[in-house]
Amino acid sequence: MSFGKVFKSSVGVKPSSHLYGLDDDIFDDRSVSEQPAEFSNSHIDVKSQKDSLIKLAHGTTTLAFKFKNGIIVATDSRATSGNIIASQTVKKVIEINPYLLGTMAGGAADCSYWERELGRRCRLYELANKERISVAAASKLLSNMVYSYKGMGLSMGTMICGWDKKGPGLFYVDSEGQRLRGDLFSVGSGSTFAYGILDTGYKYDLETADAIELARRAIYHATHRDAYSGGYIRMYHIKEEGWEFIGLEDVGELYYKYAEESK
Amino acid sequence: MSTEIQNAAKSHAGRWEPYVDNGGTSLAIAGPDFCIIASDTRQSEGYSINTRYDSKVHQITDKVLFATSGYSADGKKLAENIKIQAEKYLDKNDKIIQAPSIAQMTSIIMYQKRFFPYYVFPILAGLDGEGKGCVFSYDPVGNMERVGFQVYGSASALIQPFLDNQVGLKHQENVDKNRTLSKQEAFDLAIDSFTSATERDIYTGDYLEIYTVDSTGIHKEVRTLKFD
Repeated sequence: MSFGKVFKSSVGVKPSSHLYGLDDDIFDDRSVSEQPAEFSNSHIDVKSQKDSLIKLAHGTTTLAFKFKNGIIVATDSRATSGNIIASQTVKKVIEINPYLLGTMAGGAADCSYWERELGRRCRLYELANKERISVAAASKLLSNMVYSYKGMGLSMGTMICGWDKKGPGLFYVDSEGQRLRGDLFSVGSGSTFAYGILDTGYKYDLETADAIELARRAIYHATHRDAYSGGYIRMYHIKEEGWEFIGLEDVGELYYKYAEESK
Repeated sequence: MSTEIQNAAKSHAGRWEPYVDNGGTSLAIAGPDFCIIASDTRQSEGYSINTRYDSKVHQITDKVLFATSGYSADGKKLAENIKIQAEKYLDKNDKIIQAPSIAQMTSIIMYQKRFFPYYVFPILAGLDGEGKGCVFSYDPVGNMERVGFQVYGSASALIQPFLDNQVGLKHQENVDKNRTLSKQEAFDLAIDSFTSATERDIYTGDYLEIYTVDSTGIHKEVRTLKFD
């Protein structure tokens, strides 16, 4: 919160008109002008490209891939706001229910709020239909929810991972409205580095221990090259019986492990 | 909206700025059965000091306090809204709302203003349902994390690394990682943090309000910092 700089980007906003009032009246729209994202874009920085007053936690490496024994999900744990490390202990894997996981990239609050809301809707689906929601349907619920706010400045890049009747399910969903089915995804500022490791080591027939090591290695190298990623590696394994937490590993200690290897 | 008003609004475009950073620093440290919450009371705007005594710590329940920093007006309104909801909870359920519930509620109250956020960096701290110390920290749109200690505000970059070392025991060799701070140690660290930050941050100073929350209740102490 430096004083000299913060007002540089100030772009005025017209006092309220209610032209773009949202359907849902839970949202306060007093600042909303004729341009839906004008205020958001000039005052709130979720992508660290601007010198805005409100800097939101962002920057990430997350990955998930299918293999013969299920899905491995792995994330780093760093949150940055401006050039400050806001936290090294963020939980970027959201436990939606015992069979569904969501990952967080982009605006931390956007991800956690909407994935919590997704959890609520998945529970309602269970109560109404007497069976669990499929991963495809869950991811589409989320996609549809955030799509209705498109252009208003939400920032969310997530992977919805789970196990349903059809087996393991993995979808990429973002705030731009994109929803993709796939076997391997990586999301966030460190994703390019993670993809480099994943693409060289990935095989569907990987043993569980090798799959976990591949995920660990991919996140580790992303934290090494991407300043916005770091902290701890958090990993999950999704099986038929639901997800299982593998563990939390300090990146600082892994450095010595991989340095030893390259000798 | 009439055209005249719309035109008037347009002529203000480029000048109306809804947010001010009023400086100041807030801190919270959780212990096994206590919690320390401290805030300085200086309230500034640019190079001017508006007042030397403006509380940033608000009491929500008999076990939970809410410390803010950032834009003072938003901080007060947010605290007021949380208090209103906590009171409604008591009326409806005949039960005092507990810290983790207030924490989740705070996150939602803040996210409801996602497109015109409270410019506030809040810390919610006190005792949880089991009587353990707890600290929850947020970003301005309600992203929440439960932590062991947190510093927010103009001197956060000065104090947080100090607490990482002294409370989080980061980068210390041969240290018992299970060691927890005593109430007095945490209290003294809070005071030292603020006296030191006052020397290097122009927005921190004047008075220090320190609250200790434990099984016997909330205890407030006010100390002076430097006035320059």
